[in-house]
Amino acid sequence: MILAVDTSLGTAVALIDADGSPRADAAAHDPLGHAEVIGALLQQVVHDAGAGDITHVVAGMGPGPFTGLRIGIAAARTFALGRAVPVIPVPSHVAAALTAIETDAAPGPFAIVTDARRREVAITVFDGIDDDGIPRIVAETVLVPRADADDHLAGIDRRDVDALSAVDLARVGARALEAGRSLAGAEPLYLRHPDVTLPGIPKRVGS
Amino acid sequence: MSAPLVLGIETSCDETGIGIVRGRTLLSNTIASSMDEHARFGGVVPEVAARAHLEALQPSIEKALGEAGVTLGDLDAVAVTSGPGLAGALMVGVGAAKGLAVSLGKPLYAVNHLVGHIAADILTADSDPLEYPTIALLVSGGHTSLLHVRDLTGDVELLGETMDDAAGEAFDKVARLLSLPYPGGPEIDRAAAAGDPDAIRFPRGLSRASDMAKHRYDFSFSGLKTAVARWVERCEADGSDVPVADVAASFREAVVDVLVTKALAACTDLGVPRLLLGGGVIANRRLREVALARAAEAGVTVRIPPLSLCTDNGAMIAALAAELISSGRQPSTLAFGADSTLPVTEIQVAEIQEAETVTS
Ligand SMILES: [Zn+2]
Repeated sequence: MILAVDTSLGTAVALIDADGSPRADAAAHDPLGHAEVIGALLQQVVHDAGAGDITHVVAGMGPGPFTGLRIGIAAARTFALGRAVPVIPVPSHVAAALTAIETDAAPGPFAIVTDARRREVAITVFDGIDDDGIPRIVAETVLVPRADADDHLAGIDRRDVDALSAVDLARVGARALEAGRSLAGAEPLYLRHPDVTLPGIPKRVGS
Repeated sequence: MSAPLVLGIETSCDETGIGIVRGRTLLSNTIASSMDEHARFGGVVPEVAARAHLEALQPSIEKALGEAGVTLGDLDAVAVTSGPGLAGALMVGVGAAKGLAVSLGKPLYAVNHLVGHIAADILTADSDPLEYPTIALLVSGGHTSLLHVRDLTGDVELLGETMDDAAGEAFDKVARLLSLPYPGGPEIDRAAAAGDPDAIRFPRGLSRASDMAKHRYDFSFSGLKTAVARWVERCEADGSDVPVADVAASFREAVVDVLVTKALAACTDLGVPRLLLGGGVIANRRLREVALARAAEAGVTVRIPPLSLCTDNGAMIAALAAELISSGRQPSTLAFGADSTLPVTEIQVAEIQEAETVTS
């Protein structure tokens, strides 16, 4: 079985069989509170899935609001460590794209659009599915001001997503594994530098 | 039950701490610090700290297991800091602890960081067990707290804390005023070595009679920092060189004086002749010297755990959980989160109630 964990939007956890069929699926839609719910959701899917060994853990690497995103990646990594199995990092948008393709397979390019906070959205453009069964990225993920998103997309079919299917995330991970491909690195898709300014000269306090 | 084997995860500030203890025996105290990454910003940047925690967690756990010579399967429980601390940093540890506990099917204990600092003391095998009650002074870049500890696992009271900056932050800010690098503590110490601690009489925060009624055990360092800034500015206005050594020594003396005075006042007022020191600022040698000397005069016994257990670490978190287990406490539910302002009275967070144990 393959476990998938994603906290790029809400909190989504699922277990699938090696052939891709879902065994257990649990999610909380709340875009906050990942730390509070992640343990119970993991416990629930492990319980619901019943007997069988977990062979891999797929971690959704974002993009997503950083604070929440990290919680799922941390939990995925330690869960894998506890079972002595590898982690497969997968960009969360690829899972969302698989969901979109499988639910309504409109031909041609489409964009997955998710909230990136600070009045920005994260956009990745896909077109169909490749020979490995993985949605094909035609324009890498970028952050765009929410108000400019339509201009940026210039007519490309836009899919705004606010919940992720961990089953589809697991499926993408399984297909990447099957094809021997790596879809993401160890670093989350932060897309922004830490919000800090270098200290200047201490300001005067007067006397 | 025999002494429980516990792995503790601590991510409340800029240290990723993984500790493994068997009861009161320390097996590993692994610390990965992101301090260097914060240096150029002159202070801990929460987002930088949280990113570093995520990166460091897994290798740190593996390193700690290797050092302790145990496997994850051997563990009796997992422990984690729930708060207080930086929210985004704490959440990385909470997520990791939950993932690990569920994966292993082991109980999880969510505990209080400040009480963890006190628990660090029980890992010192060479000294007699900590006696209660004790007064505890915890001083770091994140906190300055004075506690009355009647029972490590059951009864800890906050007597006072800083109203503004933590003492460690005051060191960092004054170091910047003196053009010294981050972190400020060791730099101020170095600069102060050649200075006269009585050269300048800087103010002692919340020490006037009028403050003492309401803030007898509270601290304030922002006024002191401003006084140093004014002093430096006046030197510059006069065109004279800033006597860095004297300013550093006098500033440090003001901080040390107020910390020790208030801690010993608590010992006297409450009739508790024991003082435990903890937190990273305890590394400051002048603080230890003054505390030891003045406590001896006052007939107060001082305990100072080794420095590696005074700074933030996972071993103290594991030690506190091991004590909770030994005293018969139930694990935490999986439903807790990070609480950046967790009060010190909440030694353990979200303990499972008996009724829940029966039904689940
Ligand atoms: Zn601390």
